Amino acid sequence: MSHDAHGDHPPYLQHHFDTPQQQFSAGKLGMWLFLAQEILFFGGLFCFYAVYRYNHPEVFDYAHHFLDWRLGALNTVVLLVSSLTMALAVRAAQVSNTRQLLVMLAITFVCAGGFMVVKYFEYAHKIHAGLVWGSHFDYEKMSAREKEQQRTPELVDVKSSVAALDNEVVPTESELPRTQLYTSTVASTGLSAEYGKSEGVHLHDSAVDPGHPIHLPDGVRPQNIHVFFSIYFCLTGLHGIHVLAGMIMLVWLFWGGMKGRYNKDYFTPVDLGGLYWHLVDLVWIYLFPLLYLIS
Amino acid sequence: MSEENTHGNDHGEHHGVGHVVPVWILVGTLLALLFLTFVTVAVAQVDLDFLNIWVALGVATIKAALVCTFFMHLRWDKPFNSIVFVGSIILLALFLGLSMMDTREYGPDLEPNYAEEGVTKEQYLDKVAPSN
Repeated sequence: MSHDAHGDHPPYLQHHFDTPQQQFSAGKLGMWLFLAQEILFFGGLFCFYAVYRYNHPEVFDYAHHFLDWRLGALNTVVLLVSSLTMALAVRAAQVSNTRQLLVMLAITFVCAGGFMVVKYFEYAHKIHAGLVWGSHFDYEKMSAREKEQQRTPELVDVKSSVAALDNEVVPTESELPRTQLYTSTVASTGLSAEYGKSEGVHLHDSAVDPGHPIHLPDGVRPQNIHVFFSIYFCLTGLHGIHVLAGMIMLVWLFWGGMKGRYNKDYFTPVDLGGLYWHLVDLVWIYLFPLLYLIS
Repeated sequence: MSEENTHGNDHGEHHGVGHVVPVWILVGTLLALLFLTFVTVAVAQVDLDFLNIWVALGVATIKAALVCTFFMHLRWDKPFNSIVFVGSIILLALFLGLSMMDTREYGPDLEPNYAEEGVTKEQYLDKVAPSN
């Protein structure tokens, strides 16, 4: 099979390698070195997450409610399944089963596409509501939302808030923090990104968020919640770019598979592409609990 | 064990290029991963105070180990690939660990009122450099 008129040098063996085994090992090592870089690449953003969450847990406690964990869980399942189909694609190439290789690559691609579709809906919802990164965060909309959902602004000193509520103490100017603190007079359902009715305020006619009401989480809105969304969009955005790149790679592998390039003697590109895809899955395995499952 | 016999090399040259992973291992790994995802979500509903994040990260690490060992084939690969991977994790741990140590140690010094509740940027700046 690998030994034809070319003798000991089959067509897929590059001139600078002695044996297919050496070529394969070198390719694998090269891919693992790239993956090590990718881990450190994402690591920079994870460091952003870690340091900021350590210093301002209140921002995460509040703002994570704007994410829908069910969509995150769905995306997790989709990527895990796509990891299996990718591994099965590699296996198919290893046993020269081209038809199964193509089917598995196609399913992996569809899963990746599904992931991006869910991601699109998540992003569109947030962008529409002004829940975006940095200075683009729409605080005016947020204030309007709070007003609309009948949250009473009470200017209280943070440290004596309980006493003040009981005694209706009016704090002096020097005690007043410039933060506007809101106590909720509305029963909250918890999941803020739910579409549809809540048990409390009926939000379908929301002037601020027509069509897709944003339920505000319980409690005080802390300072700088826009940073949470900076972190969210940076992390998931970079990950999304990697998913898109992976989809392009899957198309390229599919193309090669159709041309009959991959078989049990030469399946290296499929194997290495698989490694990349599993890394994309690995990153999401960490992103999901860190962003969506904050309690 | 492995299915290297399917390679059928008739010239004695040992390819060794590919141990073929049995399908049941791959499917089993996925089932374990899906189960662990369910566990992650379930545990997140329970209030374990500060432990929550560590349990979530612990389960995520188990999932990552499964993906690396079986899907990414490290179980049957040359050990050096595993060394490269674990090495990057060690470097990442150093990166995050030292950054966390740094912020914990020097954060309060740099911004004296950093940890206080309700301090706005204007108030902090006023305290540090009063405009009058």
